[in-house]
Amino acid sequence: MQHLKPARSLALASACVAALWSGAALADPDLTADLVIDGELHIVTRAPSDDIITPNLPERYSGWLFRSEDTRAMEMDDFENPAMIAVEAGADLWTTVDGTAGQSCQDCHGDAEESMRGVRAMMPHVNEDGVLWSMENYVNNCRTERMGAEAWRWSGDEMTSMTSFLSLQSRGMPVAVQIDGPAAPYWEQGREMYYTRYGQLELSCANCHEDSTGQMIRADHLSQGQISGFPTYRLKNAGIVSIHNRFRGCIRDTRAETFAEGSDEFRALELYVASRGMGLGIEGVSVRP
Amino acid sequence: MTDVRPRIRLPRSASAGDSITVKTLINHDMETGQRRNSAGETIPREIIHRFTCEFNGVMVIDVAMEPAISANPYMEFEAVVPESGEFVFTWYDDNGEVYTATEAFEVS
Amino acid sequence: MLTRRDTFAIGLGASAVALLPATAFADAVEDWITAYTGGAAMEEGGVTITAPEIAENGNTVPVSVSAEGATEIVLVATGNPTPGLGKFTFGPGSGAPMIATRIRLGRTQDVVAIAKMADGTFKTTRVEVKVTIGGCGG
Repeated sequence: MQHLKPARSLALASACVAALWSGAALADPDLTADLVIDGELHIVTRAPSDDIITPNLPERYSGWLFRSEDTRAMEMDDFENPAMIAVEAGADLWTTVDGTAGQSCQDCHGDAEESMRGVRAMMPHVNEDGVLWSMENYVNNCRTERMGAEAWRWSGDEMTSMTSFLSLQSRGMPVAVQIDGPAAPYWEQGREMYYTRYGQLELSCANCHEDSTGQMIRADHLSQGQISGFPTYRLKNAGIVSIHNRFRGCIRDTRAETFAEGSDEFRALELYVASRGMGLGIEGVSVRP
Repeated sequence: MTDVRPRIRLPRSASAGDSITVKTLINHDMETGQRRNSAGETIPREIIHRFTCEFNGVMVIDVAMEPAISANPYMEFEAVVPESGEFVFTWYDDNGEVYTATEAFEVS
Repeated sequence: MLTRRDTFAIGLGASAVALLPATAFADAVEDWITAYTGGAAMEEGGVTITAPEIAENGNTVPVSVSAEGATEIVLVATGNPTPGLGKFTFGPGSGAPMIATRIRLGRTQDVVAIAKMADGTFKTTRVEVKVTIGGCGG
């Protein structure tokens, strides 16, 4: 083994101890578990890999499979899933008039169950001007350009409530982002980032989420880092966590300067990471530790 | 946080005299009084400290809640429904606010 | 939440760190329980606690407790900054002396349930819940 830099050897030592400490008693990821919401809606948590997007993954797995039974159960019941609080708040915002134009989302888009169905599954998406936009960009564009309202903060309560509500309208639909045509350069940029080592720990996304899937990181299982479950109710935060907020956390943990939520970099990374989950079901609003 | 919104789940149906499972969830930070803000100052405690459920004026459960109850408090318990009537749920906030929710229930 | 430095401390000196808080918290927990029972003797058993053996995140740990014949149940955390979790009083409209809720546990510790029976006696049981250090940013 090569000489390790002090920071990294410390981190590894701590991870090893944590794994020994409680790893034995932790259940391994249960790849046979079925995600069924309220006993009715089946959500695809395993999807076939392919040679173009994920040549290094044998199969695509939702992060739900890597969680403990209690955490998995919380997502299987819409009442017990605390993210539904945000969904309800988002539903209210949908019909709330805001801005100088005196309009609500509903005034243009009508019933979200119809008009927004499938939108989350194709996000992020290249807009009419050829720019890759996340769902948050589309929401804020409506607010500032059509409603005459103020833009919401990327990970503020209003935005995460709205994206939770919008995601729910695509629940169970397979991730189906466009990666060719105008999206191709963004996708390439995202892939480049995925394999770039960041920070003092010199870790790329792939080091953890591709090379080490299923292994312990401290006392936790590494998932494939799929984003089909986002926005997610994170037990640690007791609140909704956006995709870009999670990206920030990951890059921060490599001890790097992170990119900003909504930045060009994170939108490109979002597209690439979303594509790695092609075929997985949108979970609408998931529950993660 | 946005508005406080209680959520209640009751079974679809029950016979008179049955015991039914009642689930409640309310969005609340349940600030423990143990945390500090970025300036190092203690964030004052603000929790829901009491929750009650009554059915037709009869007490079902009365809960004294401590700061170690998780944010967005969840409570699940059993209630007897001798006849059709109304559930009243009440949450008491440290800040003096009282949140109530009512839910009609029909027995067959 | 644990900081990275705490993680190192646990990693490097698990046994030493584990011993210290146990004694520090024990008195507060005992005082709390005595204040509730008035110092009365408690019968072991007769109370069922259902909690994960290992909680993925200590911030939201699902727990349920039941005790046949109880009029009231209290839940106590033996390793939190404050011992009390909740006191659940069952009224005449209660269908069963049971409650399920979600609690915060600051670290691996025992959760104690004490049931007050209709005749004024007490029953008790405890379970250990291991609280893990999350993977990233946990």
